[in-house]
Amino acid sequence: MTVLEQPGSYHPVPPPSWRPRVDPAPLLPDEEPYRLLGTSAARTADPGLLQRLHAELVRGRRYNTQATALTRQGRLAVYPSSTGQEACQVAAALALEERDWLFPSYRDTLAAVARGIDPVQALTLLRGDWHTGYDPYAHRVAPLCTPLATQLPHAVGLAHAARLKGDDVVALAMVGDGGTSEGDFHEALNFAAVWQAPVVFLVQNNGFAISVPLAKQTAAPSLAHKAIGYGMPGRLVDGNDALAVHEVLDQAVRHARAGGGPTLVEAVTYRIEAHTNADDATRYRPESEVEEWRAHDPIALLERELRDQGLLDDATAEAAREAAERMAADLRARMNQDPALDPMDLFAHVYAEPTRQLREQAEQLRAELDAAGHEDEGEGRQ
Amino acid sequence: MTTAPATAATSTAVRKPATMAQALGRALRDAMAEDPSVHVLGEDVGTLGGVFRITDGLTQEFGENRCTDTPLAEAGILGTAVGMAMYGLRPVVEMQFDAFAYPAFEQLISHVSRMRNRTRGAMPMPITVRVPYGGGIGGVEHHSDSSEAYYMATPGLHVVAPATVADAYGLLRSAIASDDPVIFLEPKRLYWSKSDWSAEEPEPVEPIGRAVVRRRGTDATLISYGPSVQVCLEAAEAARPEGWDLEVLDLRSLVPFDDETVCASVRRTGRAVVVHESTGFGGPGGEIAARVTERCFHHLEAPVLRVAGFDIPYPPPMLERHHLPGVDRVLDAVARLQWEADWTGTGGAR
Repeated sequence: MTVLEQPGSYHPVPPPSWRPRVDPAPLLPDEEPYRLLGTSAARTADPGLLQRLHAELVRGRRYNTQATALTRQGRLAVYPSSTGQEACQVAAALALEERDWLFPSYRDTLAAVARGIDPVQALTLLRGDWHTGYDPYAHRVAPLCTPLATQLPHAVGLAHAARLKGDDVVALAMVGDGGTSEGDFHEALNFAAVWQAPVVFLVQNNGFAISVPLAKQTAAPSLAHKAIGYGMPGRLVDGNDALAVHEVLDQAVRHARAGGGPTLVEAVTYRIEAHTNADDATRYRPESEVEEWRAHDPIALLERELRDQGLLDDATAEAAREAAERMAADLRARMNQDPALDPMDLFAHVYAEPTRQLREQAEQLRAELDAAGHEDEGEGRQ
Repeated sequence: MTTAPATAATSTAVRKPATMAQALGRALRDAMAEDPSVHVLGEDVGTLGGVFRITDGLTQEFGENRCTDTPLAEAGILGTAVGMAMYGLRPVVEMQFDAFAYPAFEQLISHVSRMRNRTRGAMPMPITVRVPYGGGIGGVEHHSDSSEAYYMATPGLHVVAPATVADAYGLLRSAIASDDPVIFLEPKRLYWSKSDWSAEEPEPVEPIGRAVVRRRGTDATLISYGPSVQVCLEAAEAARPEGWDLEVLDLRSLVPFDDETVCASVRRTGRAVVVHESTGFGGPGGEIAARVTERCFHHLEAPVLRVAGFDIPYPPPMLERHHLPGVDRVLDAVARLQWEADWTGTGGAR
C-alpha cells in the first residue's frame, strides 16, 4: 500500500517553485498621511531646519506667483504652477546632498530652483527660448520632463549606474498622481526594486491630472500602497506639512544610500491654481474645495508651528517676505529682457557632428537670414 | 598573416569563416573589454546569451553587472539606459525582436533622440539599440518587421544596417563608440550567413555613414541595405545573361545618408532601383528616390523605381515569400527602366 493510498495521508502542498518572498506588512504605508507640524514631535525638530524651510517656502510661493504673472505679460508661454505644493517642492530639494540627483517634471521648476538652479534658467523651457536652460550636471538636476513619468526610469538607470561605479549617489524622482497611471511609472518602480537602486519616488498627489480627479485615476487604497506590489516600502505623508515631507524624504534618501533600495512616497497635497494659465479649473471643481485647501496652506501650517515655538516673529517673517520680493524683482527684471536667440543653434546639437544634410540645411537658413538682413537675429517674444 | 610552417601545420592557421552572429558577439566582447563603461542590457541576454545567442558568454566573462538580464519591459530597458548614459555609461540595449521594440518608442523618440539637443550638447546619449529585424526566417506574427522608416523619421538617431559579416563587426564597434544614439538593425536572416571574415582577426572598425559599391556595373544601380543587398547581388548575376551589367550599392547607413556615393553611382549608370523589405508607401525607398531625383535628374534615363514589401502588415510565415522582394521582382523593375527608345511612360514602380 503506497502513501497516497493511506487514508488521511493527503496534505495540500504549494507548487514546487513557490517560495514566500517579501513580507508585505513592513512595506505598508501609514493609515493616515504622516504629520509632524502641530504635534509634540515637531518640538524636537532642528530649529534651523524649520527656519530654512520657512524662508524657502515663502520664496517659493513668491516665485510661483511671479511666474504666473509673467504668463499674463506674455513673458512665459505657459506656467504650470506649484502654488500650494511648495512644501513638497522645497523638501525634495533639501532632502538631497550635493552629489545626489533630482529628476523633476514640468511642474517642478520650484524644486529645481530650491536646489540652486537660476530661476531664469529654470524657466527657459516655459519661456520657449530653448528646451532646457541649465546644464544638468551643474546642480545634478535632470532636464524638466514633459512626457509624464518618462523621467522615472532615467532616475533608476542613473542611480543604478552610480551604484555600479561605487558612487554614493541617490536619485529623487518627482511625478504627479496622474503620472502613476503611466506604464513608465510601473516599469521604473519594478526595475528600481529588482535592482535595489538607490531611488526615491516622490508622488505629489495634488488631486488632479489637469481636470481628472484621483478617483478616475486609480482604485488603489492609496498611491503609496502601489509600492507593495513592487516589494518596496510605501510612505503616505501630508504634502503640505513641510517638516513631515522633509523627514519622510530624508529617511527614504538615507535608506536608499545605505543600500536599502527604493521607496515610494505619496505626498497628499493640492493644486491651488489651475493646471496652467491656459486652464479653467472652475469647469471641474468647486471653489469651496479650493478654500478648504487654502485653510491647509503649507506656509500657514509652518508659520503657526514656528510662532508656537517662538522661532518666528514679525521681523523675521518680514525679512523672509522681503528676500522673496527681491528674488521676484530680479526675476521680473531679467525675464522682461528678450532672450538672446541664435537660429543656427537649431542645427548645432542634433548630433555630436552635424550630418552633411544638416550642414546643408543650416547653410540654407543662414542664407535666408542673410537675405533678410539679419532681421531675425534679434527676434524674441513681445 | 604569416605563412610559417609551424602555423601551416595546424588547421587553426586557416582563416575560419565566422557567421554574422559570431561577428556581432565578438564586437560586443571587444568593446566591453576595451571600455569598462560599455554595458549590455536586455531580455535573456545574460544566462541564455540572447535568443539569437549574440551575447553568448558576455555575462560569464564580464559579470552580471556588465551584461544584465533585465525585467521584461522594453520602455524600462531603454529608459534606464538613458539614466545610465546620463551617468557616463555606454549602454548597448538589445530589443529582442523588431516588433517588440515598439513599447520603447516613447523613450527613444522623446528622450534618446533629443537629449543632446535639449541640453545644448551637455547630455549626449551614447546608446546603441540593437534590433534584430526583417523577415525571411519563418517567424510568426510580430517577429519579422522592417521598422527602419520609423527610426529614420526621428532626428537625432543614426540608423545602420549591415549586410556582411565584416560590416556587422565593424559597424557595431562604431555604433558603440559613437557619442550619438545608434539604431543598429541586424538582419535576422543573415545571422547565420558566413564569409571569409575571421573572428580570430577582427578587422578595423567601419565608420558610420559611408555607402559602399558591392558590385561594379555600368547599366543601372541597385540601391539597398541589410538583407536586400544579397538579393540585389543575386539579381545582378541573373541579369548578366540578359545583357544588363548592374551595379549594387550597399547603403550600410540610412542615417546619416551617403548622398555622395549614391549619386556618384547613379550619375555613372543613369538608372536606379531601390530595393528593401520595408513597405513601399512611406518607406525608405521614397526618400532615397526623391534624393536621387533631386540631385541626379539630368543624369537619369528613367524614373527611379522601388522594389519594396507590399503595403500590408507583415504576412504569416507561409506566405512571406510572396511579400519579400526577390530576384525576379528586382529584374522586373530593371526591365522597366526605359531601355527602349519608344518608351511611353506607362511603366512605373509597383
